[in-house]
Amino acid sequence: MGLPTLLNTRSPLADTGTQRATLAALPLARTFEDSLGTPLHADGISVLQINVGKRCNQACRHCHVDAGPDRKEVMPPDVVDACLRFLDSTDIPTLDITGGAPELHPQFREIVRRARAAGRHVIDRCNLTITRLPNYADLPEFLAEHQVEVIASLPSFASRQTDAQRGEGVFEDSIAALRHFNELGYGVEGSGLVLNLVTNPVGAFLPASQQPLEADWKRELQRRHGITFNRLYTITNMPISRFLQFLAESGNLQAYMEKLVAAFNPATVDGLMCRYTLSVGWDGRLYDCDFNQMIDLGTAAGLPATIFEAEVAALAHRRIVIGQHCFGCTAGAGSSCGGSVS
Amino acid sequence: MDTYYHPKDLARFGDMGKEAPELWQKFSEWYGAVFKEGALTEREKALIALAVAHAVQCPYCIDAYTSASLEKGSTPEQMTEAVHVAAAIRGGASLVHGVQMRSHVDKLSM
Repeated sequence: MGLPTLLNTRSPLADTGTQRATLAALPLARTFEDSLGTPLHADGISVLQINVGKRCNQACRHCHVDAGPDRKEVMPPDVVDACLRFLDSTDIPTLDITGGAPELHPQFREIVRRARAAGRHVIDRCNLTITRLPNYADLPEFLAEHQVEVIASLPSFASRQTDAQRGEGVFEDSIAALRHFNELGYGVEGSGLVLNLVTNPVGAFLPASQQPLEADWKRELQRRHGITFNRLYTITNMPISRFLQFLAESGNLQAYMEKLVAAFNPATVDGLMCRYTLSVGWDGRLYDCDFNQMIDLGTAAGLPATIFEAEVAALAHRRIVIGQHCFGCTAGAGSSCGGSVS
Repeated sequence: MDTYYHPKDLARFGDMGKEAPELWQKFSEWYGAVFKEGALTEREKALIALAVAHAVQCPYCIDAYTSASLEKGSTPEQMTEAVHVAAAIRGGASLVHGVQMRSHVDKLSM
């Protein structure tokens, strides 16, 4: 299952500087900075998103993390502890755990237990197929016991598109996993157990409008597989990492970036996730979002750079670091880890 | 390679307003209104447009409404079925004229 990572194949794009240079060299109508007009600042921190590592049982073609089975990066215990101590020291209501497959982290369950004991809402960004591996078969029960919100990736309700993006056999395993979650009450009205789905376009085009698409998905997943869920989030593919490689190799890079620039929507700016999220890398470095994290754009100069020195007062209204890739979050209805934003 | 159709010409569609701006503006407004959500969703309208694009064999429209259908959330499976609908109507339209042929045969034959 899966495809080789940029790192493993020694692609030039495994170097994040090459990724940034590739985007910067494209002739586009305007820069993201020009489109914004004024500097972008955070408006508080309501989500602490921790990326606990790049290990994953899948290797999806669009992955902005370049995650895969061959990746070794895992958040060490002292960084885990620093993240949880920081959370404890603040009133940030939500801990968003991502990866890689975050459940592969040896302390995943400890992180969930401690954050829930501290009264925080916890989100697990789940690839679904992890629950089909023998050592993780009880994961849905654990998540239900701790009332963890599950945000699960599924690009399409059709198998061919899902497997094309995520690897052969992923659709079938994902459907089995969703049935398991449904059996526990996840995605079932009135259960209190939230199961949201995330779809990224399977190619060089923008996602559909979230609301009508959600209605289509609810009808089709129920009709075809008897599956229910709460919300569908649409996320635009970010032109970095493995999706950048796909764009370049398929000859779609220039046209895709022109499409993102042309679709810039100023109404999305207030809701951008960087304005309310603080992102922590596996090694404890701080970022404005998970995308900046993957191209090594840390928090702005002069700000706390790691979780060990993080202070809400210094970060809550920080200046956001931007680049041409940010057009991915402002195109059309906008895009964030919580779906469209306008 | 010289050819009657150039992919970049789709982006020059607006040039059709240069000699007849009022007509172009009327067309543009009507066209935009047609594709807005109404009794049919935008996704359904894009699929109809994709099917018609194949029936009228317009390469610009096929590119445009392939992208539009994907961006409105249609799957390649649904889009392929829409093209089959267009093909079935085109084929059926030819075939049903066979009745006219048969009627004329009957008229001329002993």
